[in-house]
Amino acid sequence: MTDVLEPPVQVHDEHDGGAHAHDEHHGPTGILKWLTTTDHKIIGLSYTITSVIMLVIGGVFAELIRAQLSTPTGTLVSLAQFNELFTMHGSVMIYLFAGPFAFGGLANIIVPIQIGAPDMAFPRLNALSYWLYLTGAITMLAGFFTAGGAANFGWVAYAPLSNSLNSPGAGADLWIGGLLLTGFSAIFTGVNLTATIFYLRAPGMTMFRMPIFTWNMLVTAILILLAFPVLTAGLIMLYCDRHFGTHIYSVAGGGVPVLWQHIFWFWGHPEVYILALPFFGMATEIFAVFSRKPVFGYKGMIFATLSIAALSLGVWAHHMFTTGVVLLPFFSIMSLLIAVPTGIKIFNWIGTMWRGEIWFSTAMLMAIGFLVTFLIGGLTGIYLASPPLDFFTHDTYFVVAHFHSVVMALVLAGMAGLYYWGPKITGYILNERIGKIQFWLLFIGSQVFTFPLYILGLEGMPRRIAVYTHDPQWKMLNDVSSIGAILIGISTLLFVVNVVVSWKRYPAGDNPWDAQTLEWFTTSPPPHHNFYRLPQIRSERPTWDYNHPDHRSLAHGQHEEPHEHDREEVGV
Amino acid sequence: MALSGCTVPNFGAKPGATTTSKSVFHLWQGFSVGAVVIGGFVCLLLLYAVLRYRRKSPDAIPAQSQYHLPLELIYTVVPILVVFGLFAATLVVENKEVANPKTSVVVDVNAFQWGWKFSYPGTSTVVVGQTTASPVMVIPVNTNVHINLTSTDVIHGFYVKAFNFSRYALPGVLNQFTLRATSTGTYFGQCTQLCGLYHALMWFRVKVVTPDQYSAWLAANSSSAASAAAARAATKGQTTPRVPTRQTSSHGDK
Repeated sequence: MTDVLEPPVQVHDEHDGGAHAHDEHHGPTGILKWLTTTDHKIIGLSYTITSVIMLVIGGVFAELIRAQLSTPTGTLVSLAQFNELFTMHGSVMIYLFAGPFAFGGLANIIVPIQIGAPDMAFPRLNALSYWLYLTGAITMLAGFFTAGGAANFGWVAYAPLSNSLNSPGAGADLWIGGLLLTGFSAIFTGVNLTATIFYLRAPGMTMFRMPIFTWNMLVTAILILLAFPVLTAGLIMLYCDRHFGTHIYSVAGGGVPVLWQHIFWFWGHPEVYILALPFFGMATEIFAVFSRKPVFGYKGMIFATLSIAALSLGVWAHHMFTTGVVLLPFFSIMSLLIAVPTGIKIFNWIGTMWRGEIWFSTAMLMAIGFLVTFLIGGLTGIYLASPPLDFFTHDTYFVVAHFHSVVMALVLAGMAGLYYWGPKITGYILNERIGKIQFWLLFIGSQVFTFPLYILGLEGMPRRIAVYTHDPQWKMLNDVSSIGAILIGISTLLFVVNVVVSWKRYPAGDNPWDAQTLEWFTTSPPPHHNFYRLPQIRSERPTWDYNHPDHRSLAHGQHEEPHEHDREEVGV
Repeated sequence: MALSGCTVPNFGAKPGATTTSKSVFHLWQGFSVGAVVIGGFVCLLLLYAVLRYRRKSPDAIPAQSQYHLPLELIYTVVPILVVFGLFAATLVVENKEVANPKTSVVVDVNAFQWGWKFSYPGTSTVVVGQTTASPVMVIPVNTNVHINLTSTDVIHGFYVKAFNFSRYALPGVLNQFTLRATSTGTYFGQCTQLCGLYHALMWFRVKVVTPDQYSAWLAANSSSAASAAAARAATKGQTTPRVPTRQTSSHGDK
């Protein structure tokens, strides 16, 4: 047992009267537990469930949009309702699903366990984050029940379309309020994750022994802290313009409408990576575990993440090339350069699989699906970093196709994360057969959905149009895309079916995947404060090192198993 | 330029009807060749890994190699070189597009909810129309045409597919660019930036004619004829969804 540490938390708990010791936790049960908990695992689960419900709601909006576009004259919904639909589809998916799912859900559950912490640094703040998020989500969606309908100015709310003259009504105000609340929830989670990762790591867990997922969450949290306050300020100014007679974004009073775009995208582009980095982290862990190898180029991966984050703060105006009021070459080269660290990540993922022993579980299939879909989204993103090509495709379906390739890749990675970490969270494995059918539907659906949209964009179909009567031959490509959207919808339903079918059926055990990081050292689900004992942490794969002491990571050029004395030197 | 040959596929884009649209098209081809080569290479690597390294038994443990510094350097440095190549090509085309050579033909384009107004400074010619009435901007072929683009209310997008080009019409900002059409014809244009209820129907057309026809058209439509043209456009607009009339001032959105 020299390899096992007693975690300091246990010592602390004994002085605490045993109230929090082990799983002898005497808190409330049932619904009261969910309402009053400060346990990061239960808060994380609340986040995950809520955000998956948001995914379904946003998905229903998406299917309605596709149905409307199935005819050139689109008679399913009115022009006004269509504007509400795509506004709320984008808002729900970006603000209420993708971010909260990643940094409120999976990261909340996994990061403390991955670094050997008993909980988040500020458990009550963590609970506040969740309740702010839920309140914000309900506030934003409540717009549908107002007389004027929900917000209808696009998820980017460009001024002056979003002012009180052009978008009167409570729906827009509820959108602003809901976004403010979820924004604060994100900021508090960012504070919490940063503090947890800096201060609550187990003995031996140095920065360069943190798993890539934790690293990515740290960088994400820092980006949240840099970007979200800017959005919050922008939203408050927008609200003041709407109700208190300020003229920050209106020409009439000497304001500047484009200022909103600068503020929005100064948040909005880091936000792209706030959304993406957690999913990159999930995929990285999964590639390593199911290839039974360490993450290839571990340190390069971390530097790539840091450079993506740094560059992402200087590229916001590539969303504004066609405004004619930004410095094109600067934002172009900064945006193009993001391709470099992103490319490093892609090659590292393939390097991780190279010469591995690949186990094609559902999680691994989803992660490979993520890689292919993200490659497509990434390559088409390079076009958009070039101003002349952006002038050509801006606000057409080419852009829609580009970012839907990216977000469908994130959905694939998120599903991979659920299949991979689900057993740790619940103690039960999801049905692999249903999972694989879900994978093929989701993967093929994603490509069938996005590919026609690229062509539609090149054919000149603009975004956010409810009808296309002047060019009815766009119908065919729209219909193909809708088939893809239906496949994606079915795959999401299959996931829900899988959760129901697999409910408490296939016990997982502590480490069903022979995984590598610390969360797989404890029980599934983990006890109240996560660990009874910890292994020696000598690399970024403490559980693997403990289970396979003869198969530690090899440095470059090292081909044989390390000698006995080499092993003893490591980390002692 | 090697990429401008007919042998390179068009990757879904078209050369278009202006000088810059052709440059953009060639840039598109260049980027696409790069994307296909790099994307294809990555897909082949992935396909090989997936087929070759399928596990043989659940107990097999591969060599735990983690770093290969020379390899990592290669796939850091090569993409940087590629990126600078793409950036150089971008600059060449971009400088052509943002250049504003001197010209005598000027059109003031004003976008509003939900229509377009094309006025020809120095003459009294004004073409204005709402939604699917599709007001027509007439310009001469093989001539630099300077466009002054403004918006009366919210942000609109001036987009002509055949020109491979779009630009925002912003309230309070004068956006300027130059078009040089290379073939006559009528081209469809549409607002691309969400601008409210009738965004989908905010159409216009660009009619490229010979310089002689252009002069004749300008003469015929100036002064009293201008109001007739406006009236004609308005009449055509009545066949389309009824657009609530809104007082628009030239001073912006409030």
